[in-house]
Amino acid sequence: MVMREQGGHPWMGNSLPALKQQMLDEIGVGSIEQLFEQIPQDHRLREALDLPLGIRSESALRRHLTDMLSKNESADTHLTFLGAGCWPHHVPAVVDEIVGRTEFLTPVWGSAQSDFGRNQAWFEYASQLGELLNMDVVGLPVYSWGCAIGHALRMAARLTGRREIVIAEVFDPERLSVVENYCEPTDMPNHIKIRRVKVDAKSGLIDLDDLKVKVTSKTAAVYFETPSYLGLFETNAAEIARIARQHGAETIVGVDPLTLGIVRPPADFGADIVVGPTQPLGVHMNCGGGVGGFMASRDEERYVREYNGFLISITETQKPGQFGFGLASAHQTSYGMRENGKDWTGNSVYLWAIANAVYMSLLGPQGFREIGELIITQSHYAARRLAEIPGVAIRYPDGFFKEFVVDFAGTGKAVAAINKKLRKHKIFGGKDLTPEGMKQCALYCVTEVHSTEDIDCLAEAIAQAVKP
Amino acid sequence: MTDKTNHLRDYHAPVWDEPVVMQLGYPGRRGQVFPQAGAASTLIPKGLARTHAPALPEMSEPEVQRHYLHLCQETLGMLNISLFGTCTMKYNARVSEAIAQRPFVADVHPLQPDDSMQGILQAIHEFDLGLRALSGMDQFIFQAGGGADAAYTNCVVTRAYHKSRGELKRRNEIITSIQAHPCNAATAAAAGFKVVTLNLEENGYPSVEALKAAISDRTAALFINNPDDMGIYNPDIKEWVGLVHEAGGLCFYDHANFNGVMGKIKARELGFDACMFMLHKTFGAPKGGGGPAVGAYGCTEALAPFLPKPVVVKDDKGYRLDYGRKKSAGKIREFFGNVPQVLKAYAWLLAMGRDGIDEASDISVLANNYMDHKLRKIRGLSRSNPGITKHRMEMTRWSLGQLKTDTGCGTVEVANRMADYGIDPWWMSHEPWIVAEPFTPEAGEMYSKEDLDYWMAVVAKISEEAYANPELVKSAPHKQAIAQIKGDALNDPAKWAITWRAYLRKHGKGGQAGDKTHAAE
Repeated sequence: MVMREQGGHPWMGNSLPALKQQMLDEIGVGSIEQLFEQIPQDHRLREALDLPLGIRSESALRRHLTDMLSKNESADTHLTFLGAGCWPHHVPAVVDEIVGRTEFLTPVWGSAQSDFGRNQAWFEYASQLGELLNMDVVGLPVYSWGCAIGHALRMAARLTGRREIVIAEVFDPERLSVVENYCEPTDMPNHIKIRRVKVDAKSGLIDLDDLKVKVTSKTAAVYFETPSYLGLFETNAAEIARIARQHGAETIVGVDPLTLGIVRPPADFGADIVVGPTQPLGVHMNCGGGVGGFMASRDEERYVREYNGFLISITETQKPGQFGFGLASAHQTSYGMRENGKDWTGNSVYLWAIANAVYMSLLGPQGFREIGELIITQSHYAARRLAEIPGVAIRYPDGFFKEFVVDFAGTGKAVAAINKKLRKHKIFGGKDLTPEGMKQCALYCVTEVHSTEDIDCLAEAIAQAVKP
Repeated sequence: MTDKTNHLRDYHAPVWDEPVVMQLGYPGRRGQVFPQAGAASTLIPKGLARTHAPALPEMSEPEVQRHYLHLCQETLGMLNISLFGTCTMKYNARVSEAIAQRPFVADVHPLQPDDSMQGILQAIHEFDLGLRALSGMDQFIFQAGGGADAAYTNCVVTRAYHKSRGELKRRNEIITSIQAHPCNAATAAAAGFKVVTLNLEENGYPSVEALKAAISDRTAALFINNPDDMGIYNPDIKEWVGLVHEAGGLCFYDHANFNGVMGKIKARELGFDACMFMLHKTFGAPKGGGGPAVGAYGCTEALAPFLPKPVVVKDDKGYRLDYGRKKSAGKIREFFGNVPQVLKAYAWLLAMGRDGIDEASDISVLANNYMDHKLRKIRGLSRSNPGITKHRMEMTRWSLGQLKTDTGCGTVEVANRMADYGIDPWWMSHEPWIVAEPFTPEAGEMYSKEDLDYWMAVVAKISEEAYANPELVKSAPHKQAIAQIKGDALNDPAKWAITWRAYLRKHGKGGQAGDKTHAAE
């Protein structure tokens, strides 16, 4: 679309010839072009930019974008049972209001005083998550859960001086790929070797006998998740942590914070560092752009001095009785020490930390208990309903939270074919695990947004889809 | 009416004296209710059930809303004028926000089938084409969650490229400059490379000779920004790129400072293999106080096979996420990026167009030079690299060394005082501080000449205050929600308190910050 020049661009205050001239006069040069004198002529564009003219009309811009984006289907138009690292959860309206406020949406950094309110909200993110986790140190979030695992593993490698870590052989491929990059390729001198511990075929949990073989005096950390990638609570968490500790390794645990109203946090089972996703705490899926990762630990100096990201501490001000907030132990970051800092830090997902804070305040202890109970009962209801369908089985029918593996092998149908049929009912079926070696299996996700009627609707649609 | 042109506002920040949320609420009160669940206890494995409820606040929904609205109001941020240099403060259009918050963006799952998110994929692809037009690169991806993460992306691509040639073990050095953003050096080190840092010379950038001395068959890549944060453009950059290429290394252009050169130069035409744009800076997406952000990473066809996957591609059936990339370096973050931010940047690109982009870089450089001209008249200020007489680009590094010597007031003190006039405290400098008491204004294209004049009038006023009454500046701010914070606890393990529970443990429930109780109790 080509629009006529209509005077000043609405987003540029000085987009007027008179103002430009006033500034040129003040500088004492004849043209703007003269101000670009530092750039050698042979560096300048060889030809004009191959871009259209700007759409200055807001109504035209809105129309252009909404026409394009209206082609999308979403959890608003469809029932979605996709999870696997990004989950459909309820986002309270107050959360949307607060994170949409210009005050929180647009600032860059400010000072401890001028952006005090935002800093307090950050502290409240850490404080509330600390209560759920039963841990005294919670850093500001990093880019994602996978990135949090990566930073935590590298932290453990620095703490122990060892360069091997142990993780389960069943692992979310998205997170695994991130972790592999953080552990560096074998050609790099500081490569961290990833050892994979077997998973018990029947229970889906970490095989303790194999763990005892894999964890040695070379192990920097054991990392496991509860619930695991396939949704299972790791009931041997305390024993895994004991084995790790026995060999001087750190225990790092990934946890879904929405479980913590009903189950004990990993710290109670001996976790040293706890990580997990922040998206479930009041952030929209945003096509995957809602993800974030938290990191938490005990309040021991050896841990605090190893965080790569920002830690925000409550502190006093010059006025007696008043509190403010500042960055604790900040010099260790890459901002302070460049290549000698702890990994790196930069822009992350701090706006989502505020969403998380508002969400946790809205839920409180009762809300976390209720949502945990609702998710676990609804997901088990769904598993039972699907298991009633001839040929459909639940791989691990007990001990899961919101995700579970549906095995369609008995139907003779491929997951992709079933999901295609579900689309006709405006349903997104679970994630196909076939490419990950679990033939004809899918990872289904059921949360508090799924009503009993939704689940019944899914069961009926699947029953139809798998009919011979 | 009085003339408001040079009138400094009698500003005062809102003071809510808002308790920490952990101090609010009443037992049993609640802000969200979920539908009744069936019996859950039998579904929780033995021994795992939580025995003590988390000590979260118990608040009604309006109490929660009110609390966080108060915290919003105690955040100055961009509510007035922010010339926060190196970060390119822009208008974050509300129309883009309104669109990004709609379910067709907000409630899309990243693993949905490609044909269910054609709108998103089309927007990403078309924006990719726009960035290609601006840079000359062949492919962009948006997986990186910020500028530093894009530098990290470049590290993993560099690793994969040299590994594919069997040279990774030997090529273990990355060259950068002391003026490049710290994340360039830091991500290189975190990715396993040795960092070689070039120092600046008289003309404001490292010499070709220094670069030649640093280059060897161990060189994996050059990571460099241009212009730098002093507003100085390195005219030798083409020669630099040529020298690194001759030695077998790759060249990465950190385009953090793109605003002054957008529409004027292309990374590819200068010879670079890859570049990075910050969508939350140059392209009008909001900063969120530190993300969600996007470092858009683009590279040549030769490097594209090594990009993290998936990549959005267009073929005769439409748009799709291409995961089948065998040489890919894997992933650096789950899924394919902060999509709402990409959309906002796409909206910015559409609204600006080639005419707007060219005009915006004109205005950015014009406005900075206008400020350069006026700031030098203020007592105690001096420009970095005074020997360089050519006009600076879109920002300039300044020094308050003189003011500090004369009055004891340095850049931190002045920054604190700025907020008392409703101005977002300025950016000083990344580490290390090469000039004494630095600050770095960047006007950008959004702010009007009146805004810039106001900002400079505030700096002039604080300079006057520093000479007349330095204590007033040193003890600033005076008109904020809180007084200056005390920093001594922040580096002391016995005192720092990174959560409320740690605060209670270390400082006791009767401690200074703990003695506020909710009005209802």
